[in-house]
Amino acid sequence: MQRFTVTVVIENKPGLSDPEGETILRDLVLKEGRDESSGDGAHDNGSRENKNSGCRISEIKTAKMLRMTVDSQDAESAVRDVRRVCDALHLYNPIVSSVDITAEPRPE
Amino acid sequence: MKVGIVVFPGSNCDRDMHHVLRDVFGFDVQYVWHTKPVPAGTDAVVLPGGFSYGDRLRAGAIAAHSPVMSDVRRLASEGTPVLGVCNGFQVLTESGILPGALLVNESLGFMCQWTDLVVENASTPFTSMMHAGQRVPIPIANGEGRYYADEDTARDLQRSGRVVFRYADGRVNGSVDGIAGICNDGGNVVGMMPHPERAAEYETNPVDCGPARMIFESLASCMPAQQVSHAGYAGAAGRGIEEKEEEARSQ
Repeated sequence: MQRFTVTVVIENKPGLSDPEGETILRDLVLKEGRDESSGDGAHDNGSRENKNSGCRISEIKTAKMLRMTVDSQDAESAVRDVRRVCDALHLYNPIVSSVDITAEPRPE
Repeated sequence: MKVGIVVFPGSNCDRDMHHVLRDVFGFDVQYVWHTKPVPAGTDAVVLPGGFSYGDRLRAGAIAAHSPVMSDVRRLASEGTPVLGVCNGFQVLTESGILPGALLVNESLGFMCQWTDLVVENASTPFTSMMHAGQRVPIPIANGEGRYYADEDTARDLQRSGRVVFRYADGRVNGSVDGIAGICNDGGNVVGMMPHPERAAEYETNPVDCGPARMIFESLASCMPAQQVSHAGYAGAAGRGIEEKEEEARSQ
């Protein structure tokens, strides 16, 4: 048996709106903290280069993350067993969400 | 008529529902703790509003696995009238008894406001005294009230007449097709986000409690053998609300 940290990320399926992610993108990241009302320039709604990072952020999705401590034979079976639990108990709602499960060995 | 009100840890509209069902409409009402079975002889089940398990994971997600839900599922399939209000609706979708899901409102905020519903299906046990197109002034109070169903499911709900209520303002919270309430295939299970128990009395409804009352009057009327002490309500159309209230108080 080995100990793993299994990370379960639950997010809305593609096509389902994520108003929180959209707001973070539109009103914080793309504005870079500028207040539109102070007249220091309106931001455009499209993605554009972010001055602070130099990268181009075009989408932000929020998600719920569950981090589990799991004892299992190997990473593969840890992921498989956690997926079974997620499916059986609806830890995510398959109607609206997808789930991404990864396992990392935990340092002793 | 015996009505069971299921109580989960975190339910908080169970007493309002109990008051309205018993004191206003004269039903024989019993609380059903979520780890207990639904008592034999229960004629209708109500899943009240609130925050079962503090809305942890998702609203209704944990309560959907409560022991009582296997009884609710069985009764639902046998045709027993089941009403889920707000968190009760969320529990019904999370348990798969009703299709779709309830997501965080588009505003991301908890919405607590009066709204108008429009009746779409007037043939369920909870709407049989209403008529299609009727407006119902009623409050909503939820954070996760945005009804979602995929395109096929939404089309199927529409085609099969399973949309029971829509918001008159279809964009109030981002619900698909403005859906506020739906029913199952049999029509006996209805889930709705707004709170009829907060709208069925003259004292608590500043607009008009008549329409919301009909949700409970419909339930009373759908059981021929039901014994409600205020059965007169069903035949009291045309009389003033105050007069009806007076009658309720005097009994």
